[in-house]
Amino acid sequence: MIAQPPPKADVIARRSEIVAGLQALLPASGVISEALRLKPYETDGLPAYRQIPLAVALPETTEQVAAVLAFCHKNGVRVIPRGAGTSLSGGALPMSDSVVVGLMRMNQILDIDYADRCATVQAGVTNIGITNAVAAEGFFYAPDPSSQLACMIGGNVGMNSGGAHCLKYGVTANNLLGLRIVTMQGEILDIGGQHLDAAGYDWLGLMTGSEGMLAMVTEVTVRILRAPEGQRAMLVAFDANETAGRAVDAIIGSGIIPVALEFMDRPAIHACEQFAHAGYPLDAEAMLIIEVEGSVAEQDDLLNRIAALCEPFHPLSLRVSQSVEESVAIWKGRKGAFGAVGRISPDYLCMDGTIPTGQLPFVLRRIGEMSDAYGLKVANIFHAGDGNLHPLIMFDANRPGSFEDAEKFGADILKLCVEVGGCLTGEHGVGVEKRELMTVQFTEIELNQQRRIKTAFDPDWLLNPSKVFPLVEPPQAADLPAAA
Amino acid sequence: MQTNFTVEQLADPNVQSSNQVLRTCVHCGFCTATCPTFVLLGDELDSPRGRIYLIKDMLESGRPATEEVVRHVDRCLSCLACMTTCPSGVHYMHLVDHARQYIEETYTRPWHERMLRNVLQMVLPRPALFRAAVLGARVARPVRRLIPRGSTLGDRVHAMLDLAPGKLPPSGSMQSPQVHKAEGARRGRVALLAGCAQTVLAPSINEATIRLLTRHGIEVVIARGVGCCGALTHHMGRHDPAMASARANIAGWTREIEGDGLDAILINTSGCGTTVKDYGFMFRAEPAEWAMKAERVSALAMDISEYLTTLNYAPTRPMPGLRVAYHAACSLQHGQRVLNEPKALLRKAGFTVVEPAEGHLCCGSAGTYNLVQPAIAGRLRERKLANIARTKPDLIAAGNIGCITQLSGDGTPVIHTVELLDWMAGGPAPAGLPQVATAVPA
Repeated sequence: MIAQPPPKADVIARRSEIVAGLQALLPASGVISEALRLKPYETDGLPAYRQIPLAVALPETTEQVAAVLAFCHKNGVRVIPRGAGTSLSGGALPMSDSVVVGLMRMNQILDIDYADRCATVQAGVTNIGITNAVAAEGFFYAPDPSSQLACMIGGNVGMNSGGAHCLKYGVTANNLLGLRIVTMQGEILDIGGQHLDAAGYDWLGLMTGSEGMLAMVTEVTVRILRAPEGQRAMLVAFDANETAGRAVDAIIGSGIIPVALEFMDRPAIHACEQFAHAGYPLDAEAMLIIEVEGSVAEQDDLLNRIAALCEPFHPLSLRVSQSVEESVAIWKGRKGAFGAVGRISPDYLCMDGTIPTGQLPFVLRRIGEMSDAYGLKVANIFHAGDGNLHPLIMFDANRPGSFEDAEKFGADILKLCVEVGGCLTGEHGVGVEKRELMTVQFTEIELNQQRRIKTAFDPDWLLNPSKVFPLVEPPQAADLPAAA
Repeated sequence: MQTNFTVEQLADPNVQSSNQVLRTCVHCGFCTATCPTFVLLGDELDSPRGRIYLIKDMLESGRPATEEVVRHVDRCLSCLACMTTCPSGVHYMHLVDHARQYIEETYTRPWHERMLRNVLQMVLPRPALFRAAVLGARVARPVRRLIPRGSTLGDRVHAMLDLAPGKLPPSGSMQSPQVHKAEGARRGRVALLAGCAQTVLAPSINEATIRLLTRHGIEVVIARGVGCCGALTHHMGRHDPAMASARANIAGWTREIEGDGLDAILINTSGCGTTVKDYGFMFRAEPAEWAMKAERVSALAMDISEYLTTLNYAPTRPMPGLRVAYHAACSLQHGQRVLNEPKALLRKAGFTVVEPAEGHLCCGSAGTYNLVQPAIAGRLRERKLANIARTKPDLIAAGNIGCITQLSGDGTPVIHTVELLDWMAGGPAPAGLPQVATAVPA
């Protein structure tokens, strides 16, 4: 079980008083406090880490969020923000003395402005919900994390989520225009707006990827884009992971930027094919999904050039999607890949590191070697074009020691990513999962500078306090040396 | 996901099955997005993932079910949208069925809940009693204002009175046990599940089915001894009556299979179809002979639209020029994954088929759900009807009597797919069609 800072005894002791205080602020169904009903809130998309919270609050408006946060601030109660609970880094893992504030009820689309191409939605709107709301008018919201069906935009901001199509369109940060946030003190602030870049410091940039530690996001204004005339996906199969890795490097190196360039290895291909029936090449060791978009002529030209770039790597097969249904099935398999691994393994750890694409063949070979050494299978599924790796380490939580081995293996992979010039996370965030590894990437001085930013917003470290930073010392303001 | 069952617990075939289901779940949360109750209520506890967690805890602990767990499991529609969405292949249906049985065995509901459930269990599967009850509801309707709303009991009584049809069609003789001979050369022989509530509410569905099949050279058997499929009690967690219903049906159909033979067992109420297709699983721990028979029945079970797709269905009337909103019943789209067949047949028949947004969301009917959870069912109905209205249809087609009853009464006629297909292939015009449409020449 993951280490947590010691719970605040006084908060635990005032449990019923705190619950009553929350009940006074929210509708009756908005506060959960019975032990049995709290249990499903003990974890998120990373169920290996669990902790039952003190209570759960489900506000329906920004004002209610502000009231809850002000109340918790006044009472010294820690707060854990939660969206759909799909975090793969334990971003929504509660603490025993914390109130989980879930924004699932804030799921309204507030405003769509087609002329200025932006949409304002509440934080609990799902990622795909934005695209669904504007699709009829020929628009879409570009970042598309694989959990886009379920994950919520507030969480996307917190983790600066990416997705398959970010190769061309950028991650959440590149598609964000404005935020309404609530500070731990209960202040409601608007930053950015319906325009690009604001005067002064880039507060939007600071908030994006801050993992719910600086403020809670309640409303989000995003850029929406005109959908392309058309798009087509191509499946290219290879006889080895490394060969596929070299093909990725060749494509990116040539200057072509496909809208998506995704990699799946043999275990992933088999698991996903069972779920999606997309006609994935089951004889291949590795497969690339390459999608291009634009007019038909543009698509043809790009696909031909990409096919020619793949040719020297002797692909086993090369198939271009011929219909919308075929493309949908191809993406269904890829987007459902993490869950689909549940078909071949009872449990998995999904890693998330980023490397320079030139290092793909080397890193893939090293992951294969480590897999043999640890005796744990790996399914490799990732955004190859960005060099964003998602090795899924398969283990069996019912077998003692299996999870600990998987954790060590995962840490080794992430250290390797940093060694070759990459970083610890591409899009899932640090959460609790990778917080101890932050020292691999940053020096103590660098970490302390980041802690000071946290302290500036939340001097008492009440908001999502046990995430991102190593727990080597209690993360208290007083412990931080003054800035040099 | 990690589970904690003892060896003793795992000796129970139900726990064994649920353990497998839980081990398949990786807690990714995709299912939350397409769950109607999560979309409406915004609480993890009212999502499939939350319920899976609650059920896991209840089963592992071996403790009797508590009110908190029952509340959230009861809110589940068993629409199975989560199973369509789940990338890991979690068999939520088998898990929640087990949970419902566990609840029924270990939890005592308040008296009015028990009474309601007893009444539903007694009345709905028995056509004669059900007919009497509907007539009773007609009598009671004028005094409904005397029944206060706001209490669980009062709201449920209102829901029942609201759902009971104003008048009942005469019970047709075609639905009773008999063999309907094929017209012309016999191309096949099938059994048709006449059903229970449907035979009272809308005998025209079975009649259209029989006409359509015999016209295509199919002999249709209404087998003796076959009645309610058992879904009703099964979904209440009442194991023994559900198994008794299923056993009677298996016996009735087995006589036909081993007698003159059957090419298929057809079901035109998809809620029942999902259950008949699951008989093999329900009987897995029964003596081998019954397990085999149940497995054979499930293997032969088909939705009417699946079977019609294998025949050369062709309309004989000119195109009616009608816009049909196809309402995918959850039991058909999620429970049986029958997606395209009904739409393709309707298009073949000459209808313009439109598909409403949020087609994956339940209409709130869900067996007896609209009677026991009227508030949530009502919100889902409104949402469904609003989505349908945006497609500006002349009528709504659906393959499940529950949905048809739930969505009726809003001005747009709701008609079973098979009645529309029969009409276009020479049968009578279904009741309730817009006036202009019935003028379509033969």
